[in-house]
Amino acid sequence: MEHYLNLAVKAIFIENMALAFFLGMCSFLAVSKKVETAIGLGLAVVVVQTITVPMNYLIYTYLLKEGALGWISAGLAAYDLTFLGFLTYIGTIAAAVQIVEMTLDRYVPALYATLGIFLPLIAVNCAILGGSLFMVERSYTLPESVVFGFGSGLGWALAIVALAAIRERMRYSNVPEGLRGLGITFIITGLMAIGFMAFAGIQL
Amino acid sequence: MVKSGDVLIDPLFNNNPIALQVLGICSALAVTTKMDTSVVMAAAVVFVTTFSNLFVSLLRSLIPTNVRIIVQLTIIASLVILVDQFLKAFFFDVSRQLSVFVGLIITNCIVMGRAEAFAMQNGPGLSAADGLGNGLGYGLLLVIVGAFREVLGAGTFFGRPVLLTVGSGGWYTPNGLMVLAPGAFFLIGLLIWALRTWKPAQVEKVEA
Repeated sequence: MEHYLNLAVKAIFIENMALAFFLGMCSFLAVSKKVETAIGLGLAVVVVQTITVPMNYLIYTYLLKEGALGWISAGLAAYDLTFLGFLTYIGTIAAAVQIVEMTLDRYVPALYATLGIFLPLIAVNCAILGGSLFMVERSYTLPESVVFGFGSGLGWALAIVALAAIRERMRYSNVPEGLRGLGITFIITGLMAIGFMAFAGIQL
Repeated sequence: MVKSGDVLIDPLFNNNPIALQVLGICSALAVTTKMDTSVVMAAAVVFVTTFSNLFVSLLRSLIPTNVRIIVQLTIIASLVILVDQFLKAFFFDVSRQLSVFVGLIITNCIVMGRAEAFAMQNGPGLSAADGLGNGLGYGLLLVIVGAFREVLGAGTFFGRPVLLTVGSGGWYTPNGLMVLAPGAFFLIGLLIWALRTWKPAQVEKVEA
């Protein structure tokens, strides 16, 4: 149990997807103007991430890994389909995003309207694909990949909501002309990243 | 009528994918701690954007609108697999340092963004030029950031020492912050500031 808690803390704070690995930056910067939309997108990422990482784990372990096809017949055990990884992961992710999009459209149309073009962009959100790739690279087990998927999604959501809150206050400050908008957002993100570095080394 | 020369040059400074369109920042920051990884990454992205734009444009009348995103992703993912296998075969060390970030070119918004916004509406030649230009604009910023981070953060350039560090008997104390995540954010922020001071038309308007 402690092990999983530790993994979650690590995924949420220490190895924060957005601030330590720069993943999902496009939507991170573009959708962080308002807290409301940031919360919406953050939630969507948590959901998609928690679904896709374990799904890709199953696909990797039972279809792609070297010798993984052995459970079908002994003859297939010789195949190593790891090189197809990127293609299959992104396919899984695109399908999951489609489902989330349809659900939102049906039940929460207001949120669907605000998120606009960014929902399809979740499919190309690097944080999502990055989660699956890290899962493979670090050879997590199934329960570990569930925890990691949820944790890394939550960490990303936390970061984007915090940034959105700061940017809402930014409206009252006098920023040098050339820095307005994108430039200052980068600097703020940098400062937040320094803040998050304080979590390094925490262990439960 | 758009000229292919403009399409090629425009993304370098006037409409830089990173500085103005806010696309593809993800991998831009993570791989730029050293020059060699930045250059390899830049080359990989140029290859993928050019060919994905070319193929998407060639197929654009055949792709049904509803499933276009999946088709585009498949084209891009196949190209990235090519790059990944090539790097693993010929540049194994660099490929290991880049780790998951080669795979993340698939989700690099700039590739997808150009395929969706430009290649779906334009002919193959023009689209390839647009892909090349955007890839180069992206690569340019990547290399600039990489140069700053390696020189200031480690005192080396392509692994060769340029500033003698205190550790090896010189005068320069390496700025560790540059190698870490926050340094990259600050650098891009400052670069954008510099670019916008040079080209004031890009300054964002104050929101009411």
